[in-house]
Amino acid sequence: MEWVNAIVQGILLGGLFALFATGLSLAFGVMRFVNLAHGDLAILAAFLAVSFASTLDVNPFVTMALVVPIMAAGGYVLQRFGFNWSIGADPLPSILVTFGLAVVIQNALLEQYSADSQGLDVGSFETRSIEFTDDIAVGWFPVLILGVAVVVLVGLQLFLSFTRMGRAFRATSDNPSTARLMGINDRNIYAVVMAIAFATVAVAGLFLGIRQTFGPTDGPAQLIFAFEAVVIGGLGSLWGTLLGGIILGVAQTVGNQVDVEYNVLSGPLFGHLIFLVVLAVRPSGLLGRRQG
Amino acid sequence: MSSYRISRRTPESTVGLIGFGALVVVLATLPWWDSDGSLQTPLVAILYYLALAQMWNLLAGFAGLVSIGQQMFVGIGVYGLLQMAEVGGVDPYVAIPLAGLLAAALSIPVAAFAFRLRGGYFAIGTWVVAEVMRLLTTESNDFRGGDVRALTRESLGGYSLETRTNSVYWLALALAVGGTAIVVLVLRSRLGLALRAARDNEGGARSLGVSIGRAQLITWVVVAFWTGCTGAVILLHTTSTTAGSAFSVTRWTALVIFMVVIGGVGSTTGPIIGVLVYWIIDEQLGDADAWRFIILGGIAAVMATVAPKGVYGLLQQWRPLQFFPVRRRLAGGPSTNTPPQAAEPEVVVEEGQ
Repeated sequence: MEWVNAIVQGILLGGLFALFATGLSLAFGVMRFVNLAHGDLAILAAFLAVSFASTLDVNPFVTMALVVPIMAAGGYVLQRFGFNWSIGADPLPSILVTFGLAVVIQNALLEQYSADSQGLDVGSFETRSIEFTDDIAVGWFPVLILGVAVVVLVGLQLFLSFTRMGRAFRATSDNPSTARLMGINDRNIYAVVMAIAFATVAVAGLFLGIRQTFGPTDGPAQLIFAFEAVVIGGLGSLWGTLLGGIILGVAQTVGNQVDVEYNVLSGPLFGHLIFLVVLAVRPSGLLGRRQG
Repeated sequence: MSSYRISRRTPESTVGLIGFGALVVVLATLPWWDSDGSLQTPLVAILYYLALAQMWNLLAGFAGLVSIGQQMFVGIGVYGLLQMAEVGGVDPYVAIPLAGLLAAALSIPVAAFAFRLRGGYFAIGTWVVAEVMRLLTTESNDFRGGDVRALTRESLGGYSLETRTNSVYWLALALAVGGTAIVVLVLRSRLGLALRAARDNEGGARSLGVSIGRAQLITWVVVAFWTGCTGAVILLHTTSTTAGSAFSVTRWTALVIFMVVIGGVGSTTGPIIGVLVYWIIDEQLGDADAWRFIILGGIAAVMATVAPKGVYGLLQQWRPLQFFPVRRRLAGGPSTNTPPQAAEPEVVVEEGQ
């Protein structure tokens, strides 16, 4: 029964990983851009929520209305007037810029908020759950996270498939110079992509902050989990990202259960090993297009 | 008849090599004239950082392998030496190259995974592998990476403190000079030509029969060996460690990347400039650790955008000087009716481009 519970909890945790991975997957899909500050941005969003919640004296859920637009605007500006300069055939400049940004964010948070762990308290909702049996209880909050992840991914898929701008995204992804000839402003498209990526990672960061305590240096771990979800699912596939998140979530919770029962391999390590196995056996990911 | 030949020497490269040689002699004799160690003590870290910087630059700047997992090789070097000296009873100085060989051996299976990813995803992939090694070291009952572990007097082989202090300094100097020499030798070889041809035009290089994967793998293993040796010397310097500090991404990769980016990625002189800039900034900041990273990371991020070739690139725009003889030029040729300048067209494969 503990094992069934571990799997159920893992699926729910997978929703959070998928939400983390969405922005990474989208930015890579449209502009082949890998933002190494992705995880640190989530932690930044969570810290912003801490500040807003205490100064405005509101529930952290309410701060989402402030934090998400602020992060989205930040993403737009940063891409339009910063990252766009580093985009090109050579991935090196973009890796260096975003890695520098990651380290700056981490240390700025350390300087501002100290190394102490923080948490976002949303009251009793956080712990309320439905009990199916004595061993299996499903918390409302993890269900909400998975639900939001699915809604975000479905929404994004519909946006890409059926809107004018979504078409522009796909056109730019396929061939930016031809898209430019058709009157698409690719610099603007990239900035909108980054705004969406920042908004989704801000939501993920807030959920993380409500789920567990966090500190200024927790960003890289979140980046790594998001990246693993993207690669397990398959590069360039949003459904793959959801599947990858869930597989990683299950791997971690089952790994924790293994650790409890047999005292070998912690949860994150188990997740990393599953990722390496997928990379070895199916490098294009479970739902990714096979590359030649 | 024309007599073209490929030359790598420039007037300033001769000056550069003589100057570099003289500097090495001055630094090597330092323990005899810097009696209070006021220069020797800070130089140890600067020198092994130069070794790490040259190695990361060889990967990222020349081989197109942007690794954020260099801490895995440092960590293997640290724990390799620790285990060999503590458990195996190997002389610590003998253990240094053995630790390097261990890192080189382990780098091959790592490549089997990481080389399936490209660009930014290769970067995160190497980071994940380093994370896995850190976690395995922490959770293993043999390595006990969660605890502070120190080299005991016995495992240090009964050498006196003065011998150890001076030998660690000379080893760090050897790592820095040797690391620079490795980069120069690789770039002068066919391997270096292949790497730079692939960097400048991958399709073109492939069509000329360059085996890019093989060239990258050889470079990767060489870098792993030298970085592993550096890790072993770092342990001899600090004498104690945890898995967290041995496999630290900030200390052994982030700082190194910032140095190289500020000095100039993809050139041999860049890492030297970067390490010197780091030394100056570091001296000013003292203990302000968070600010050190904010300032260095900020400068590096801005430089990667506006001056992707770093300080060295800016110097090149001012005066195109080549201090290391690694750039191939066409020299000689018909001398009768062509002015000598025109007889020296630049060859496409250039350093720092």
